[in-house]
Amino acid sequence: MLEMDRTAAPPRMAEVHVETAAGQSDYEPSKREVVFDVEELEVLYAGVPALTGVTLQIHKSAVTAFIGPSGCGKSTFIRCFNRMNDLIPSARVEGRILYHDEDLYGPEVDPVEVRKLIGMVFQKPNPFPKSIYDNVAFGPRVLGWSSGLDERVEQALHQAALWDEVKDRLKESALSLSGGQQQRLCIARALAVEPEVILMDEPASALDPISTTRIEDLMHELKRDYTIVIVTHNMQQAARVADMTAFFSVDVEPDGRRTGVLVEYDLTSKIFTTPADQRTEDYVTGRFG
Amino acid sequence: MSAQGLRLRSRSRGDSVRGVAFQALLLFSLAIGFVTLGVLLVDVLQRGLPYLDGALLTNPPSTDPRIAGARPAILATIYMMGILLVTVLPLGVGTAIYLEEYANKERWYNRFLDLNIQNLAAVPSIVYGILGLAFLVRGLGLGRVLLAGALILTLLVLPIVIVASREAIRAVPDSIRQGGYALGATQWQVIWRQVLPNAIPGIATGSILALARAIGETAPLILVGALTYVSFNPTLMGPFTALPIQIYQYIARPQEEFKLIAAAAIIVLLVILLTMNAFAIWLRNRYQKRW
Repeated sequence: MLEMDRTAAPPRMAEVHVETAAGQSDYEPSKREVVFDVEELEVLYAGVPALTGVTLQIHKSAVTAFIGPSGCGKSTFIRCFNRMNDLIPSARVEGRILYHDEDLYGPEVDPVEVRKLIGMVFQKPNPFPKSIYDNVAFGPRVLGWSSGLDERVEQALHQAALWDEVKDRLKESALSLSGGQQQRLCIARALAVEPEVILMDEPASALDPISTTRIEDLMHELKRDYTIVIVTHNMQQAARVADMTAFFSVDVEPDGRRTGVLVEYDLTSKIFTTPADQRTEDYVTGRFG
Repeated sequence: MSAQGLRLRSRSRGDSVRGVAFQALLLFSLAIGFVTLGVLLVDVLQRGLPYLDGALLTNPPSTDPRIAGARPAILATIYMMGILLVTVLPLGVGTAIYLEEYANKERWYNRFLDLNIQNLAAVPSIVYGILGLAFLVRGLGLGRVLLAGALILTLLVLPIVIVASREAIRAVPDSIRQGGYALGATQWQVIWRQVLPNAIPGIATGSILALARAIGETAPLILVGALTYVSFNPTLMGPFTALPIQIYQYIARPQEEFKLIAAAAIIVLLVILLTMNAFAIWLRNRYQKRW
């Protein structure tokens, strides 16, 4: 029933060492401050729903992971939080996302202002073809923060654990960095505008295992100061980094239409050990249909 | 011979013969273009080089082949290129930005615009000449002046610049735009700081090639009233001629010497053209981006 490319095939239960992320035994969802309150969200492309009926809450200073098979709408979903779907003319978002009790899709809301507060890191590292310095400085510059730019750039590179590697070559092209470094540069670039939330859309899927580990370590560091939402098709990664995990799946209509749905949203440890839904269990243990 | 060995042999001789024949055909096609160009160049250089001197560049045309030059035509061509540059670039790049970055391609009127720009690029230049005569020279009452010639060349190469600029803009990957938007940049900032700087080499290359095409145009200029005999320096609002027209005029004269002067003028035109093309190629290679 579900389509999965082989490379993303989930490991068997035995291989998922549920190293519970940052000891979430003491993670109590009800006591957490809510950053995003999503209610009955639906995303349509050219009138056809791609994702429907999503209701969940995303907590402050935590890592929230979205997992699920290809085509389940998890990337579509994460792009709702910084209104990136606005850039696709045929896309329409129904339902509601409250960001600190303010409707993200309200008529007064400027998507540009939204994206200043809610940063994003993409699947494929996309540094601008400029110097390393200019990449990090781009955000502050478009916001008109011209004072203390050097310090701001240095701080962002420190936060992204990249400073030591690039401090002597800030004027070199960002394209000269390795893939993992480029991705950390993109994280630094997002941090430089001091967002509250960082959205990461499969940030490590194009990277080698060592670079992946560094990105994951970084997430542990960053969640003290930032709210992190990550889409991943690597379940071990979700198990390692996330406090909360949402599992999405695809509903196939009799006429062949495929719609993404939220199946289950809970503590990561519960999703991976005692999921409530059979579909979740099938997915995390590597069994389908 | 083992089965393994046989499998590595070429299947049939027919395949390799066909392969060689096809390659020969390709080389032949290439040779036709190349040899023609070579013969043309050698012929022109042989005839024209002895006449290519300061007098050709500095003297006005004359009935006396010993002192005849092409200064007014060369100057007029340079003036027109200058005007062309400042008119066609903003219009062309502006149109391209609108079509690529702002226009919703699902709207019928944008698709209609798109289609018609491609059609415009294919309209014969003489038709632009008629338009220029009717609209600029008579309609607006500009008269048969250099400005009218430059403006009609603008219209002629505008579609080419638009198409080239659109391709350059489209070659900037979407991930760069998204990266900009995700940092809270406005559409204006994304276009101005990311898309355009990365598209400029492509735009420049395309525009130079378009200018090079305009430089050789004759038909529309004749229609908007380029004269064949101008012995004074051109002005913006005065009568003018252009290098290709001057060349034609010299060749049409009965005296043999004028044909040689025409060959020398052709060399001047070719040098300008090849220099522009070389600059375009240099630009392209210098700033070629690998994403």
